[in-house]
Amino acid sequence: MAKHTIKVTVNGEGRQAEVESRLLLVHFLRENLRLTGTHIGCDTTHCGACTVLLDGVPVKSCTVLAVQADGRDVATVEGLEKDGKLHPVQEGFYQEHGLQCGYCTPGMMMTSCALLASNPDPTEADIRRAISGNLCRCTGYVNIVKSVQHAAAAARAR
Amino acid sequence: MATPRTSPEVGGMGHSIKRKEDPRFLRGKGNYVDDIQLPGMLHMDIVRSPFAHAKIVKIDSSKALKVPGVLAVITGETLAQYKLHWMPTLMSDTQMVLPTEKVMYQAQEVAAVIATDRYAAADGVEAVEVEYDPLPVVVDPFKALEPGAPVLRTDKPGKKDNRIFHWEAGDRQATEKALSASDVVVRQDIYLPRIHVASIETCGIVADFDRIRGKLTVYMTTQAPHAIRTVIALVAGHVGLSEEKIRVVSPDIGGGFGGKVPVYPGYVIAIAASVVIGKPVKWVEDRMENLQADSFARDYHITAAIGAKKDGTMTALQIKTVADHGYADAAANPSKFPAGLFSICTGSYRLPTAFAEVDGVYTNKPPGGIAYRCSFRVTEAVHAIERMTDVLAQELKMDPADLRMKNFIQPGEFPYKSALGWEYDSGNYPAALKKAMDIVGYAELRREQAEKRKRGELMGIGISSFTEIVGAGPSKHFDILGIKMFDSCELRVHPTGKATARFGTKSQGQGHETTYAQVIAEELGIPAAHVEVEEGDTDTAPYGLGTYASRSTPVGAAAGAVAARKVREKAKKIAAHLLEVSEDDLVWEPGKFSVKGAPQKSTTIQDIAFAAYTNHPQGMEAGLEAVDYYDPPNLTFPFGSYICVVDIDRGTGEIKVRRFVAVDDCGNIINPMIVDGQIHGGLTMGLAPALFEEIHYDESGNIQGGSFMDYLLPTAMETPKWETDKTITPSPHHPLGAKGVGESATVGAPPAIANAVVDALSHLGVKHIDIPITPEKVWKIMKEKGVAE
Repeated sequence: MAKHTIKVTVNGEGRQAEVESRLLLVHFLRENLRLTGTHIGCDTTHCGACTVLLDGVPVKSCTVLAVQADGRDVATVEGLEKDGKLHPVQEGFYQEHGLQCGYCTPGMMMTSCALLASNPDPTEADIRRAISGNLCRCTGYVNIVKSVQHAAAAARAR
Repeated sequence: MATPRTSPEVGGMGHSIKRKEDPRFLRGKGNYVDDIQLPGMLHMDIVRSPFAHAKIVKIDSSKALKVPGVLAVITGETLAQYKLHWMPTLMSDTQMVLPTEKVMYQAQEVAAVIATDRYAAADGVEAVEVEYDPLPVVVDPFKALEPGAPVLRTDKPGKKDNRIFHWEAGDRQATEKALSASDVVVRQDIYLPRIHVASIETCGIVADFDRIRGKLTVYMTTQAPHAIRTVIALVAGHVGLSEEKIRVVSPDIGGGFGGKVPVYPGYVIAIAASVVIGKPVKWVEDRMENLQADSFARDYHITAAIGAKKDGTMTALQIKTVADHGYADAAANPSKFPAGLFSICTGSYRLPTAFAEVDGVYTNKPPGGIAYRCSFRVTEAVHAIERMTDVLAQELKMDPADLRMKNFIQPGEFPYKSALGWEYDSGNYPAALKKAMDIVGYAELRREQAEKRKRGELMGIGISSFTEIVGAGPSKHFDILGIKMFDSCELRVHPTGKATARFGTKSQGQGHETTYAQVIAEELGIPAAHVEVEEGDTDTAPYGLGTYASRSTPVGAAAGAVAARKVREKAKKIAAHLLEVSEDDLVWEPGKFSVKGAPQKSTTIQDIAFAAYTNHPQGMEAGLEAVDYYDPPNLTFPFGSYICVVDIDRGTGEIKVRRFVAVDDCGNIINPMIVDGQIHGGLTMGLAPALFEEIHYDESGNIQGGSFMDYLLPTAMETPKWETDKTITPSPHHPLGAKGVGESATVGAPPAIANAVVDALSHLGVKHIDIPITPEKVWKIMKEKGVAE
């Protein structure tokens, strides 16, 4: 199996590694870098538990190869908190009970971050459409919608 | 109990305090099984059968063993050397771990590959060559019961048919007599298809056997770690695993819903591999394995009849069910209840006479019969009675709300003994339905519907007034493999007045670290913020049967409350010593004892805790702790009324849930925010099987829909904005008056939705549609009735 040297910026930090061609980005993050906040729920791009931002765009890291991230910027849940302060999206999920088992939560929050970056004042329909590629089995989505609205309001108030 | 007794700072019952588990989850610092990486850890992957029924002619591992990184291929023959190729199910049936002769369902485990990483293990799986000789497949449970059907369980000596069990409750003759004496009798076949809980985290294990200490540590996605430890000790005792040397850790669990109660073959193979190789072995199934091979739920073929007088008074209920359990009965029901608590099927109604029977059947499908976020077949029972109530209303030309109101068990009739033998603890069914009707604006909706019908538009209103039966259970009747269904709390109050509480249950997202802390806060006045809750580690937590069937609040939280009261009893003796008065002169309010008539003379729980270690009365044991193994005197009976409003697109058959009002009554509430969240989630898991989810098999036993491509979980787009409200009718026998809530909505929602869709089409003569009610089914009906656009 061919090996490739890749350079990826992960949560602002430059990382270099030698990886197999077939190594998935999610395994690179979880097993090579031990950033286990990004979860695996289906391996087939349906559930969104593995969502990370690649150059700011949400991708399902179970169907992106690590080599495809070479030279690019990856953001994961571990990079959301800054200087000991939760990101507004994290704070929103905390305040509005937007999580239960916590398994879909990192992917759900990364998708929400991307939404708010492009649309700071989303409607409920905008939010539901944005997170429709992220499955949650616990919350019934109502409080996730509220969490994103909470985050949007907080970000706008800043 | 609407008003909290404690201050927000203490955070006892009734406060919506933020969850203590969230800070780690929000930062990606949860610790799920697949996050565990141990030094030298190996990975396991599984070879699965493409056939639903076949003889295994040959397994050739030679090519697999040449794959770089592959260390071993484990087959049934390997396990047979250790007599580990079969295991018991939780229903005292037997199930193969790995086969030595034949496979019994598609996706059955055939061999396991152990390798240095997960990619090499997958390569190894591809390289294992298995030769099969296909056998006749039995998919239809009715055909399986026919004389002359191939007998599937040839491993069972003397087994001559495919029947697993026959179970019945009630009076057969009296019910038949009552039905024939009824003015009206309606009959309906109702099928509840095979579905899968599909928690977003799949199942997995890291088995770590330490050869020097002889200790096995198992990190496992399990809802019942203590029971699993005992099962491991019983199954593998003969190879040297002894219960005190087995530690089962259930770390953070990414959703359970019943799917993480059973023992799956993958767990056992990974444990065996770790013991033999002496290194940690990880196995985490992928989504397709999860959907195709893990225990399923439901698959109940129901035939029901309900009788009534002309005025709508219900007279009798008769239900016959064929239950497809797949190749093995791997449900997780209490021993005495092979059909679970299906006999709650008389529901919320005064039904003087009833009879229910269930026949369990073997077929060539994966083993199971577990719950899907419900207490032991309660969803099946509720769906049957709530659908039948609507079928009856339609026959009588009565409004379904009026029919329900007429037949409800009345508030003054509790405790109510049902015709099938349950003693309902408490309820106020008319109040819940009335509240739901007021919120939704029922009368106005009926007017709107009438107008829309004139215009040819299809709109339906569906009601479900369900009664659950949860919190197993009294140990007199309830056990799993003989282990009684109590649960436990060990509470330690430390010298500085902070506490650690350990429980025998295991949260999978329900928020026990928060709600159990609130229970202790309620009882002792120690702020919930200073109560550390621990669960899921058999080395530290007291023995308990785990979390499923909504039993954590009815049993676990009750154990917490009683343990706290035991602590309070001792605290009272210490307080009397500190205040130099008699115990009889003390009054308790959350957090402190004071002297009757002299409230300024008081001592706090924190002062008492310190004294328990520094200044305890002579002759008294030091310390301030207690253990309680709580054995509930009865089950609890949460209830509610749901109203669903749907609009149907005549062009596509698409069903739009316009509104859904859920009024729930789970007795006294520990954390309103968490209760609301549980109901939102439960409603969505009720919507799912009502409209989307089904696992179907073709005649050859091939699964149709074993991935998220075909098995449709509701997304945020399909899920409506749930409207929730509540009534509060405390349980009279629970120490906190609570009943449990995690599954109410999953149980109550499907018939509300099904009833709404049927209601939208009822004027066309439609009486019933089996769930999932897909656009295709609706469109076909509309086409047949000439209303499709």
